[in-house]
Amino acid sequence: MGEVSPLIILVAAIFTNNILLANFLGMCSFLAVSKRIDTAAGLGAAVIFVMTFTTAINYGVYHHVLVPTGLTFLSFIIFIAVIAAFVQFVEMFVERFSPALYHALGIFLPLITVNCAILGVSLFMIIRNYTFMQSVAFGFGGGVGWTLAIVLIAGLRQKMRYSIVPVPFKGVAIAMVITGVMAMAFMGFAGMVTIQ
Amino acid sequence: MAHNDQVVCATCGGSGPCDGKGRETLRAGVWVTNPVSVQVLGICSALAVTNKLENSLVMGAALIFVGVGTNLFVSLLRNVTPRRIRMIAEVAIIATFVIIFDQILKAYYWEMSKQLGPYVGLIITNCIIMGRAEAFALSNRPVVSMLDGLANGLGYAVVLGIIGFFRELVGTGALFGHQVLGADWYTPNQLMILAPGAFIALGFLIALYNAITGINKLEGKGS
Repeated sequence: MGEVSPLIILVAAIFTNNILLANFLGMCSFLAVSKRIDTAAGLGAAVIFVMTFTTAINYGVYHHVLVPTGLTFLSFIIFIAVIAAFVQFVEMFVERFSPALYHALGIFLPLITVNCAILGVSLFMIIRNYTFMQSVAFGFGGGVGWTLAIVLIAGLRQKMRYSIVPVPFKGVAIAMVITGVMAMAFMGFAGMVTIQ
Repeated sequence: MAHNDQVVCATCGGSGPCDGKGRETLRAGVWVTNPVSVQVLGICSALAVTNKLENSLVMGAALIFVGVGTNLFVSLLRNVTPRRIRMIAEVAIIATFVIIFDQILKAYYWEMSKQLGPYVGLIITNCIIMGRAEAFALSNRPVVSMLDGLANGLGYAVVLGIIGFFRELVGTGALFGHQVLGADWYTPNQLMILAPGAFIALGFLIALYNAITGINKLEGKGS
């Protein structure tokens, strides 16, 4: 994967290989917070931040600690520990230095540890054998793509409160169907750039 | 719409009913509070791996294995785990079982391991496992906790099996890789094996479940 420019990976992670719509990552918190645009954007910002940095840290840990010591089979547990520790650290840091930001993002931070998109990006990074810059671009782009998808769908779900939905479809079921339609729309970007 | 309020990761607030014992536990996990169709937990993998029936069943088996193992150990250690660090202890137990399953898969079913990709590792953040450990195993005896893990794993596996069955059948006309619908008259609807098909299939499955149980009819009246 050495030759693909990080910029291409960034664009691909946002549009053609959207982490939510093409790889289905981060669905749990997606359904919970995609009811209002402002909460969706708040969680999205926190996800972008955490995802970018945890991908970078996990890259370092994997290639400079786990590979040399031959402990790559422990990568799952190490990655989740790094993510949990990073989120905890950010939470303390933000609370101490920026109470305003803490009020805006604070409630979302604990949610992020269990957001499978964060762990998923780190795992994809290993499987696809990205370099450091590619990993950071992928982490950042993954976060932006996730935020884009969740904000767009929050907008649709807000409007949908005023539409007549068949009774069995109310709630989650119709949300899944409109996400499917959104995924179809994003397939229109396919071919713009291709990465694996 | 109180039903919708359940759509919260069980680890972060909402929790399923957990008062059943024995047969009740099993029935709750598989049908009444089915983790996928009722609580809408762990759907990342329910969407990602269901493009083939075989993948769906392996993933279901993984969930059963990890669920039973995690619930057993969380339950055994429930009296010695300090409350403050119980989350990290749970994650460590879950990760251990996921690693074991992943290593088995890599050793004996390399092709399958390749196809499932990162989604085996993502069982660690699967809300079902964490949710059951937190909501059930932490306050129940080991045997009934194992049963609860089994029931929820089964509930998950059954839903994945159904979705995988229809996606593979409609998307490729095959089941387990064998052509079932004649290639001469059936034109596969490729949308079903792509991402949008997964969302739409799960949406219709949840709607069908709601229609059978009448959940929305009772609670949707007021809204």
